[in-house]
Formats: sequence, C-alpha cells, structure tokens
Amino acid sequence: MIINIARKELKTVFASPMGWIILSLLMGGFGWMYSDGVDNYFQVMSGSIRPAERVGVTIFVGQTVYGAANFLMTVATPLLTMRLISEERRNQTLPFLFSAPITLTEIVLGKFLGLIIFLGILVVYIFVMLSTLNIWADIDFGYLLGNSFGLMLLVGSFSALGIYFSSLTNQPIIAAILSFIALFAMGVLSTYFASDPNHWFHYISLNNHYQSFTRGVIDSSDVIYFILFIATFLTLTIRRLDSDRLSG
Amino acid sequence: MALNNNSKVTHTLEAKDLSRLFGINHAVKNVTFHLNKGEVLGFLGPNGAGKSTTMRMLTGNLAPTEGSIRVCGIDIVERPKEAKSNIGYLPEMRPLYKELTVDEFLTIAARFHNVNSRNIRKAVEAAKDKCGLGHMSKRLIENLSNGYQQRVGIAQAIIHEPEIVILDEPTVGLDPIQIREIRKLIKDIGKKHSVILSTHILPEVEMVCDRVQIIDKGSLVFHGSIDDLRQQRKGNKLLVGLSKPPVTKEILSIEGVSLVEKVEHGMFRIHIKSDYIPAEEIVAISIKKGWGLFHIAPDITSLEDIFVQLTQMQPK
Repeated sequence: MIINIARKELKTVFASPMGWIILSLLMGGFGWMYSDGVDNYFQVMSGSIRPAERVGVTIFVGQTVYGAANFLMTVATPLLTMRLISEERRNQTLPFLFSAPITLTEIVLGKFLGLIIFLGILVVYIFVMLSTLNIWADIDFGYLLGNSFGLMLLVGSFSALGIYFSSLTNQPIIAAILSFIALFAMGVLSTYFASDPNHWFHYISLNNHYQSFTRGVIDSSDVIYFILFIATFLTLTIRRLDSDRLSG
Repeated sequence: MALNNNSKVTHTLEAKDLSRLFGINHAVKNVTFHLNKGEVLGFLGPNGAGKSTTMRMLTGNLAPTEGSIRVCGIDIVERPKEAKSNIGYLPEMRPLYKELTVDEFLTIAARFHNVNSRNIRKAVEAAKDKCGLGHMSKRLIENLSNGYQQRVGIAQAIIHEPEIVILDEPTVGLDPIQIREIRKLIKDIGKKHSVILSTHILPEVEMVCDRVQIIDKGSLVFHGSIDDLRQQRKGNKLLVGLSKPPVTKEILSIEGVSLVEKVEHGMFRIHIKSDYIPAEEIVAISIKKGWGLFHIAPDITSLEDIFVQLTQMQPK
C-alpha cells in the first residue's frame, strides 16, 4: 500500500508543471556546476598550485557539485514538500485517503517514499554525470557513492521536515516558507557555531553530520543520526494527522 | 432500538450511542441507528444538524467521543482497515485530484481500496459504466462540469463494490437535470449496495430512500419508513372556507372538532379528534346556519412542514 501511495504522489507531481520545472532547473543547475568544475580544474591545477595541495578531479568537481546540491536542495525540497499534505488539506482530498483501508503510517510513509524517489532521480543523475569523468580519468567511485548516499540521507531529512511542516497548515506556501526557514536557520547556526567544535548544536546540526559524507566517509553514527531525524519528523506527521481524526 | 442477535446479520452498519463533542458543543449526541442490507437510508436534517459529522464518524474520518460503530460486524475503531474496506464514501466536498484524468483517478481509487491489480481495469470500466462516464475517460477531472465531477466522486465510492456506500449531500450545487440524473444513479446503486444518503432536501429522500431518519441539533428526532413519514402529512385536519364565518365557538361545538385555527381570507383549519372526519356534518351545519361555505378539503401538510415541525420540536 505504501508503494501505491508513492505511485500516486509521483503521478500527481508529474501531472503538474511544478515537478518538471524543479527537475529541469535542478538538473540544469547541476550540469552547469559540473561543467564549470571541470573547466576550473584545469585552470587551477595547471596554475601555480603546489603539487602537495593538488587534488584529484573527482574530489575537485565532486566538491563543487555536491556543495551546490546541498544548497539547491535546501531551496528545492520545501517547494516539493509543501504541497504533500497541505494541498490535500486545502483541496479537501484527505478524506479520500482516510476513508480508504490505509493506515496513517502508510499514508505518510508512502508520501515520503514518493518524494524520495523523485529526489532520488536527481541524486542518481548527479552520480551518473560525475561518473562520465571516468571516460578520461580514473575516478574514485567510493567518493561518489559516499556522497550520493549522504546526499540521499540529507534530502530525506529535508523531506521529512518539510512533510511535517506541510501537515501543520492548509497553505502550501506557508509550509514552504516554514520549512525553508527551519533548514536555512540550521545552516546559518552551524556556520555561526563553527568556531566551537564542541558546541551542543553540532550534535543536532544536519550540516555537521553531512560533513563526513562529503569526504566520502560513511560514518555509522551519522547514518543513525539521519535515520533518527527522518523517523522523528515522520512520526510527528503521523501524530499530527491522527489528531485531525481525534479532534476534528 | 432493541436489536437481537438474529437481526445483526442483516444489518450492514450499526451505530450505537454515537456522540461527538467539539469543545463543549455536542455536534452529535447519542445517535443510534442501523442500516439494513440493500436499503437506501435517508439521513435528513437542516444544515449544521450533525449529518456530516455523523458521516465522517461512520467512515473513520473522525473519532467518536463516545459510542461504537460496527461495519458488517467489524468495529471501526478497533479494526479500521477491515471495516473501511466495506465502505465507499463521497464526502460533501468531493475529494478529487483534479490534475488527473478520470481513468487515472479511478485507477488510484481502485488500488487504494485493494482491488486486485488484475481486476483494476475491469473495476474502472464497470464504475464508469454505472456512472455514465464512459466517454470521459481521458478528460482531466478539472475540465469536467460540476455534474460529471460528482459522478466521478460517486464512481470512486463504488469502485471496490463495497457493502455500504455513504454519500454526503451528493446533489448540492447541481442543476435540476443533473440532480435528476444523480438521483437515478443513487437509486440504481441502492439495488446492489446499502446506501446512506445525507441531504437537507426532503423530496430527494422521498424519491430515493426506503427509510428515513431525521437529525436535528445532533439528535435523531424521527426514524421510520417513507410511508411513516407520509402518514404524518395526512393528519386529521380540514381546511374550510367560510364567507360569513360564525364565532369559533360555534364551529368547536360540532361533534369531533378539537381545535379551530383561523387562517387568512376566511379560511379555517379545523383539527379533528378522532379518525372519523365529520365533513358531512360541517357542510350540513354551515348550510343550515348560512355560513357561506365555499371550500372544504383535507388539509395536507407538506413534507416541508413536517420537517420543520420535527426539527423545531425540542428533542427529549
């Protein structure tokens, strides 16, 4: 049933121009970052840089693209999550889901999965795009896989947070603004506290836990952090929908 | 309503002592009723009487504060998944994904209601056939007229051939021709499924339903067959027109008359005590005394009047 909900979400996202526009803009953005990165690599590396500080093409281009992905996803995910529940609330289509033999957990997980599949297209796209470097260089696939995995977890967390904010209101745009502010604030705060690596905020900061992935390292504590983050917000969303049923 | 164990088999839906509080307001209060297999039950009441709240509780969209609901013998709070699979529901605001085509939407509805993937196409075709949507398959729901959108709403409610179909105000906002078509459709659906139809339009209940219950201010004030409701409208009243009326006392003195009400233009509404209506006596006396009788007829209360009477009585 979760799959059926996810299919419905994908169908509706592709039935509107919104899905296609976001997909094409992001793909365009990543493509541009990629070609820009390759271009810069030769300029920087052929210059006066000391041999000890030279990095491989995978890391150089990868950093450019994945760095941009982190930022672009912060902007794009709220635009995708905003409609998930609040639009159904506004169009009064939630009873369609609630009166079908589907549990609230299945509804929320299905919606989450649908979005993850949509965003997964982008993550796979970036991976394939960077893999093309392998045609003329010997690239580090471990680095790419680590980054892809991390990016997937990161957008998963963005999505879970966004779905929760979407369940709070019947105005999609408010849901988008709220989740964008939350994500943006987290980014700003982690830069603010960057000078103090032992500050408690680093334990709850998404960006901080994402750092190891950007080096191509998969740290189990970071993986668990992201999974917990996702689980927390999805549970809160389920609770929020359940309170609709209880309090009317 | 006393229910014995034998009758349970024929009841597809049972609501017992259903109450729902919003804050301190009782939206629905101690509502008990049942739905028999293969009948169309009209759920009648003025706006804000608690119809939609009851419907939402019956379909698992709203948790009852008190009371229980059993769908085909399954408690909807304890086993919501199984109970809900026996229900098709069209809320007052039809829940349509307007960016999809009719076929796409109905396919999703079939999937959500656990229609076997091999039978989905068949189910979609059957539902479209029943609702007269055959030629609309590839149209976006958004571009359909109000009446056709309503048909799509009904189609999604019957796509999984549920035991019970619950329709909340299905004819609101439609033009008279569409209303007739939708009513006919509901009648057809009633042949195969048990239907609960909520409405505030009395003639609709009269045309479509086998049984009716009237809800007002959250409580049931009447339940019975359509014939029971019709009986109420006959009543023991005569409407008499007199051009030279006497004092009411004189009319009251006629055997069997219990009350005389003066209506405008020399008309009197005469209430009769017994089953026997002394029309002949009234005619004879009024001719003898020269009251100038120009009209005498049974006073038929319209269904609207009964409705108003029932809903304005304080429920005990």
